[in-house]
Amino acid sequence: MSRQVPDWDEGGPERLYVITGGRSDPAEHRGLDLVTLIVALADPQVGMQPEHASILRLCGSPLSVAEISAYLRLPVSVINVLLADLLTERRVEARAPAPSLPDIEIIEAVIHGLRNL
Amino acid sequence: MDSGISETGAGAGPRSEDRLPSSASSAVKVVIVGGFGVGKTTLVRSVSEIRPLTTEETMTQASESVDDTAGVERKTQTTVAMDFGRISLNEELVLYLFGTPGQQRFWFLWNGLFDGALGAVVLVDTRRLEVSFDVIGRLEESAVPFVVAVNSFPDAPDYSVEELRGALDLPAGVPIVVCDARSRHSGRDVLLQLMHYLRSLALTSEAK
Repeated sequence: MSRQVPDWDEGGPERLYVITGGRSDPAEHRGLDLVTLIVALADPQVGMQPEHASILRLCGSPLSVAEISAYLRLPVSVINVLLADLLTERRVEARAPAPSLPDIEIIEAVIHGLRNL
Repeated sequence: MDSGISETGAGAGPRSEDRLPSSASSAVKVVIVGGFGVGKTTLVRSVSEIRPLTTEETMTQASESVDDTAGVERKTQTTVAMDFGRISLNEELVLYLFGTPGQQRFWFLWNGLFDGALGAVVLVDTRRLEVSFDVIGRLEESAVPFVVAVNSFPDAPDYSVEELRGALDLPAGVPIVVCDARSRHSGRDVLLQLMHYLRSLALTSEAK
């Protein structure tokens, strides 16, 4: 689980810095969670930052922030910066996680769904 | 094993059968926590509808002289991976399962992970109970509800549930379940145990 940056030389700190323009993770301000579902509202456009375009291509159907991070092989903190841009430009929609409070209806729905597995 | 799962090429997207319906409107998460090799990823894989994916976060730490590649300013960048899977519960609701290492030095990963999580499964190997002590203490501190699942390895000592409860110093209410992380059925039952426990907690708090 823990390993030295293997195929991440190209994903080393410098490259990540370039992708985010040096900005840090604004997730707290945007309310993004690992399981916030992202849906593209626009098509990728010529001249767009490649990572932005990749996200739009991936999110033709809903995809969690964690899945976007996995498919693009970028840390969640970097994905959050990129998503903040896309949200500001209204190119994606974010569907917030279900409320975490002990919510009987959610728990019942999970139980029902698991029983159908 | 806990590693070497995700083979997706950079930029590759989900296979068409791995796409969520556009009606998917919200997600919930459950965290599987345990030591290395205890079977977190096995459990995730056995119940997940997608092949487990890996999300990575880099951690800068003072070099401890092992595994040091560059040795720049005696700091190393370690990549910590979290494997996760997914279960679509219905057309709207999606459950994500995250496996995360239990060792204290990885707790920095827990911040975003446990926020909003329904609860956790502490996966235990009875040959290495000590890994679980800190994890359980930390979950209790953070008021994250959890169940303990004992992954039954063939050569593991055979403790009774009550012996384990004593050894782990678990409160009476916390369920302990024996499982086989390789089995979809067994893995599902662990999640169901957690959900039943969460429901009982929610009902108790509503009754107050």
